Amino acid sequence: MFGYYLDLALRSLRRNKMLTALMVVAIALGIGASMTTLTVLHVLSGDPLPGKSATLFYPQLDPRDSDGYVPGKMPMEQVTWIDGMNLLKSKRGDRQALMSGGDVPIQPDQSGMDPFFADARFTSADFFPMFNAPFLYGRPWSEAEDNSKARVVVIGRELNAKLYGDKDSTGQVLRMQDTAFRIVGVLDDWRPNPHFYDLNMGNYSDSEQVFVPLSTSRDLRFEHNGSMNCWGKGGSDDDHLETSTCVWLQFWVQLNSPAKAAAYEEYLTHYSQEQKALGRFQRPPNVRLPSLMQWMDINKVVPGDVRLQAFLAFGFLLVCLVNTVGLMLAKFMRRSAELGVRRALGASRRALFAQLLVESGVIGLSGGLGGLLLALLGLWLVRHQPSDYAQLAHLDASMLLITFLLAVGATLLAGLLPAWRACQITPALQLKSN
Amino acid sequence: MQIQPILAALKRHKAGTFLIALQIALTLAIVCNALFIIQQRVERISRSTGMIETDLMAIQNMWVGLSDENASEPLIKADLQVLRQLPGVQDALATNSYPLRGGGWSTGVRLNPEMKKPAAQTTQYFVDDHALATMGAKLIAGRNFRPDEVVAIDPKKFQFSPTVMVTKALSDKLFPGSSALGKQIYLSDGTPPSTVVGIVERLQVPWKGGFADNFEANSTLLPVQLTGNFTTYLIRSKPGQLASVLKAAPEALFKANRMRVLPSERGVRSFAMVRQDAYKSDRGMAILMGIICVVLLGITAAGIVGLTSFWVGQRRKQIGVRRALGATKNDILTYFLTENLLIGLGGVLVGALLAMGMNLWLMKQFEMARLSPLYVITGVIVLLLLGQGSVLAPAMRAARVPPVEATRSV
Repeated sequence: MFGYYLDLALRSLRRNKMLTALMVVAIALGIGASMTTLTVLHVLSGDPLPGKSATLFYPQLDPRDSDGYVPGKMPMEQVTWIDGMNLLKSKRGDRQALMSGGDVPIQPDQSGMDPFFADARFTSADFFPMFNAPFLYGRPWSEAEDNSKARVVVIGRELNAKLYGDKDSTGQVLRMQDTAFRIVGVLDDWRPNPHFYDLNMGNYSDSEQVFVPLSTSRDLRFEHNGSMNCWGKGGSDDDHLETSTCVWLQFWVQLNSPAKAAAYEEYLTHYSQEQKALGRFQRPPNVRLPSLMQWMDINKVVPGDVRLQAFLAFGFLLVCLVNTVGLMLAKFMRRSAELGVRRALGASRRALFAQLLVESGVIGLSGGLGGLLLALLGLWLVRHQPSDYAQLAHLDASMLLITFLLAVGATLLAGLLPAWRACQITPALQLKSN
Repeated sequence: MQIQPILAALKRHKAGTFLIALQIALTLAIVCNALFIIQQRVERISRSTGMIETDLMAIQNMWVGLSDENASEPLIKADLQVLRQLPGVQDALATNSYPLRGGGWSTGVRLNPEMKKPAAQTTQYFVDDHALATMGAKLIAGRNFRPDEVVAIDPKKFQFSPTVMVTKALSDKLFPGSSALGKQIYLSDGTPPSTVVGIVERLQVPWKGGFADNFEANSTLLPVQLTGNFTTYLIRSKPGQLASVLKAAPEALFKANRMRVLPSERGVRSFAMVRQDAYKSDRGMAILMGIICVVLLGITAAGIVGLTSFWVGQRRKQIGVRRALGATKNDILTYFLTENLLIGLGGVLVGALLAMGMNLWLMKQFEMARLSPLYVITGVIVLLLLGQGSVLAPAMRAARVPPVEATRSV
């Protein structure tokens, strides 16, 4: 029966080519627009470390003086050197890392290569295992090397390819800011999206290519980057960053169970009270412990424009669907006579209904196919935009499936009302009037 | 024209009527808001920086292999000399940032050291006495910096400057009703005050939106040459010679000193490119909204044509009867036009409410401004006209139905 209905549907669609084309194009445009924007939204709001992110937390403290204190307001978004070091050394989490972004001048030994700057991350040893950073060669540096301010460096694959032609470069010497560093490890391609561990560097920026122990970077006065927020009378000059009243470091902690997270939050409160008793903190304890994905939400990582576009695209799809319902209704009602004959010859209402749904399904399928092509075109256009997330916009398998389900589902839904209305005809009346 | 029979006829086509009205309502809601977004973006794009942007270019310079942060002082001096003497160059400036660059310094301004909350937010441009001439910014009161006022400081050691210039916007914000000229302001905690020696008509901050929206023209200029690893040069060419300077300037800089990197991306840009880069996403958004509007209106028009054509086809017999009973072609035409107008009116009524509701939601979600009723009124008129235009062809076909149709197959 399905084959017969399909044949009927194709005949009927061929009879009025303009109307059919209009319906298919409307659905294709609606699906194409919404799938393009939805894919971008899906890519941008993704989990940077699937399976791991639920165990990562970003502790927040409020070390400011009492000036401008408003109860209940969000604590600082970064930590001071003193607090960061205290939390790092106390080792209350399963893993923890303190870090800052930076820029380092690299002076290659290779002849004919000019010195250049590379984005760097100054951090502590747990960074690599905590964030699942994949090693191509070598290993991370150790805690002992953190403590001894060792001149060691982990580099990214891209930099390794540029300097050493993708070969194992561990053990080689890399000169940065007139200091010799020993390469202990090379990371494989690694780009968590968003760039969650330091949003000051751009929400979707590339990973850094140079990783140096934080202690070493301070010892050598490497240029650090990112936001710095100071209060009180102290200056923020580079020589006194260890004691200044400025927050400029990110601190992440891994807590493998909810019980540990609760205990850690308690510890942060306790720590704040202790610091207040010591006179360092002036405000009542104000601590938060957002998980990785909560931290992304708090910072509104997904650009507003992208969400706005997705929202409008779905409005657009809705109009296209209403349009299709109207046209399909007109088309089906016009065939009352034909349907009346079928009913009179013994076809049940259910059979008519099935026949009409097959016809709307055909439109949905072609519209969906067109929408898919338009979505691919749309994503290609997005990739040629200058934004830092542009290159991430690709259709994955799940989005592909969603596109199709959306297209066919939406059109079948749109076909329901017209088909149902068309089935309500009284065969006798239709036959008489013709 | 009697409305009664039209309404009676529409009652027999409830579903179709409802669908067209719904489509018009949704289209109106989306088009109004999309047009409003376009207007907001266009307004943002067309904001002036306060500079004369023709014949202006920017170079992003990073020093490599400096022994310490202060080592760049003589290098910057030498660079400026090279640039200012280059043929085709009118003036040049070393600064930390410039309007639309995207990154820079911002700080709170206090009127006295006891003030808990800053009176205004401002960006700081660290420049020398060539700033106004190079940027093309207009001094409206007071004086420019003197060459002997300019000092070189390591950016990490910077504390304060005894003299500053501010923009008129900042002056108005700090001293409403009077001028900041000659007054003292505090640009950071625990430092002596700075005296305002000049007022600049307008100079935009380096950021183009977001958090900077409420201080977009609050700029402070300081007679300080920042040393350190990063220097930005702004260069004004002689009229019409920008193209040659864009090539000659980086070459001259490398010839003077090779210890530098000009990033391949955004290293050397004309100001037209700076502006284009800064507003790319806004322009993209405006274009996208424009496309959505046009396509949406097109689809709605096509939908109206389709459904009305069907109604005309269905009612040929009735039209024939009316014609046979004495209705003129014009009567039939007005019938369909009025019918569409009635549906359209119902649609835009709901649509106007929907548009405003949608705007309220967008305001909450995306920090958008309140939709001006002008957009809703414009949208209403556009959609009613669109409806009348689309119904015209099928209605004219209806008017051509001959009276003899009434006699057929009855």
